[in-house]
Amino acid sequence: MVMRYVMSIDQGTTSTRCIIFDQQGRLVSVTQREHRQHFPRPGWVEHDAVEIWRNLERIAPQAIKQAGIGLDQITAIGIANQRETTLLWDRRTGVPLRRAIVWQDTRTTSLVDDLAARPESSMVQKRSGLPLATYFSAPRIRWLLDNTPGLRERAERGEVLFGTMESWLIWNLTGGPNGGLHLTDVTNASRTLLMDLATLEWDADLLDFFGVPRAMLPQIRPSTETYGVASRVLPGVRIGAALGDQQAALFGQTCFAPGEAKCTYGTGSFLLLNTGNEPVRSSHGLLTTVGYQVGDQPAMYALEGPIAVTGALVQWFRDGLGLINSAPEIETLARTVEDNGGCYIVPAFAGLFAPHWRSEARGVIVGLTSYITKGHLARAVLEATAWQTRQVVDAMNADSGLAMRTLKVDGGMTADNLLMQNIADVLDVPVVRPMVAETVSLGAAYAAGLAVGYWPDLEGLRRNWHRAAQWLPNMDPERREAEYDNWCRAVERSFGWMKPRD
Amino acid sequence: MPGPVQSIQRGAAILRLLARSSGRLGVGEIATSLGLPRGTAHGLLRTLQLVGFVEQDDATGKYQLGATLLHLGTSYLDVNELRSRAINWADALAARSGESVKIGTVLDGQVLVVHHVFRPDDTLQTLDVGSLMPMHATALGKVLLAFDAGASAALGNGPLDAYTRRTIVATRELARALASIREVGWAAQVEEMTVGEAGIAAPIRGHGGLVVGAMGVSGAVERICDARGQPNTALVTFVRDAARAVSRDLGASRW
Repeated sequence: MVMRYVMSIDQGTTSTRCIIFDQQGRLVSVTQREHRQHFPRPGWVEHDAVEIWRNLERIAPQAIKQAGIGLDQITAIGIANQRETTLLWDRRTGVPLRRAIVWQDTRTTSLVDDLAARPESSMVQKRSGLPLATYFSAPRIRWLLDNTPGLRERAERGEVLFGTMESWLIWNLTGGPNGGLHLTDVTNASRTLLMDLATLEWDADLLDFFGVPRAMLPQIRPSTETYGVASRVLPGVRIGAALGDQQAALFGQTCFAPGEAKCTYGTGSFLLLNTGNEPVRSSHGLLTTVGYQVGDQPAMYALEGPIAVTGALVQWFRDGLGLINSAPEIETLARTVEDNGGCYIVPAFAGLFAPHWRSEARGVIVGLTSYITKGHLARAVLEATAWQTRQVVDAMNADSGLAMRTLKVDGGMTADNLLMQNIADVLDVPVVRPMVAETVSLGAAYAAGLAVGYWPDLEGLRRNWHRAAQWLPNMDPERREAEYDNWCRAVERSFGWMKPRD
Repeated sequence: MPGPVQSIQRGAAILRLLARSSGRLGVGEIATSLGLPRGTAHGLLRTLQLVGFVEQDDATGKYQLGATLLHLGTSYLDVNELRSRAINWADALAARSGESVKIGTVLDGQVLVVHHVFRPDDTLQTLDVGSLMPMHATALGKVLLAFDAGASAALGNGPLDAYTRRTIVATRELARALASIREVGWAAQVEEMTVGEAGIAAPIRGHGGLVVGAMGVSGAVERICDARGQPNTALVTFVRDAARAVSRDLGASRW
């Protein structure tokens, strides 16, 4: 019998990866290629979309070769992608108008301030579920339209197409200028500020508000559906899924039931909670977003708490302060002491994301005494990730009315046992790590496999999920409350540092 | 009998020179001081940098003694870094073998468990990271003993503790077992620690082939061993492949 496999493409912020999975959800081969980060001005971050496409042309066949299989054994492709990164390209030639504007880019700050000052701006959060912020795609499209002569007219005539990275890859895989499919999925569309979260359609009022012509937008489709068949790179293979990377991780962690949550710990961290078929409007500083939509079934929604700086604080400890030689050594250093010695670090390097959304906040270290050593600082670095998670979880519980009972974790920082124990301690719930750490890629593969019947249903996917490690809470409740109070007071001290612009 | 190795003598001279100087030295200064061609000095410095004995300043390109030299002998590879570098391969080993996976290093004559992946059957299991196990009665420990002459000398000559009637307690018998582990490149224990349990382990090597840890599976003897009570050959292959993959990532090119 011929074995069949699913390929996932993870188009991430720093690299593009192809991973082939077998029917048990086990990793068979991995190929990866980084792309250049362009920083043309302070606050600007760009990617060359052509470079990314060429990288995919290279690594996809390599992954098949490395697995020692044939193209005909790939039953479907699933795509996960960096979210909110914005690209415009020429429909006729397939050439991008300029480099893609990456999600970290803050060139739209003053544009967003101007938009927010308009009376109808309160509609944005109501319809899209997201606060009006530079983080999302619509202000970037507007910026491109305002700053490229003649572009608006061409966009209105449908000569120029907009897409996030999954749209760009699908359009190219299905033929590019020769009949390429221009589409996006509901999770990616939910990050543009242009989609009505209830109808899952582009919203006329939001398009008006941002001044974005409808003709340039891709068609919105479910996350899991056979969109078409690739004609290039992987000719003949069905494209079965697309999801934003954090939603793909939610899917890969098999958080299919309301109340199930995962947190991916990387440079930043992203906690997503499945809230079921109804979008839950946040009154506690969280984003409302689409979790996934399987075929023609109703969409599943999620609450999301993005935390800007978690692993990045460890990197700063290593590169900025030089107190450790490698990131994992933070645990070794932290274990040289019993506790934080009364010291707390709030890493508001560029303001704070969820649940505070304070762009004027800046980082603080509080509780310094002559007693504090680098060991205590290392503790405070790890605890900052744990307490930031706690604040997001508290907001989730308050918004959803569901008390989180267990947290599934993934990402590079899950190798840090002290941190994982600390998170279990401060949340007072078990923290569980799955056996496949590559949950973003796995989620995209699962979604695609589901679309083509490689896996029968969500229950079948759940059976592939296995626990690799578990940390149980073990902290005195009084101490937990006292420490949490200290953390909250430390966070308050980070607020209001940057003075408003004139 | 072979004579002294010239490149090691020169490397030692570079280290002495750097230790004696108050600031950093450039490659030219080092070459002139030791009467070496510039290219030779550069090659030696590159190798010393690779093993962490010297460090190069990014801004000036000059050299100084590496931080590794300061704690030479205490820790070669940080255990938390070892876990971080091995985690994907340990997961894959657990998924393939269906057994729990542990990674161990030597701590004060015992095996310190630095990483643990649950057996993938979702039964209740407890994380064993941080616990200590005897060297001579575990597969991980026997691997570490086999490739660390110091640790094996530290066991002494007296009889070893018996955990079951199959535990190796005579030092001469242990020495024979370790020799055969060195020969085949992996170790097993069958009911030597706990009745009904067995384990298989292989060495994790870093730069230059130095063994920095051991990685293995353990579980019920009827799953780990075949009908004749011998370690299952498929499991041995999984364990050795996984340990080799980690070693390659750590820079042990020949394994």
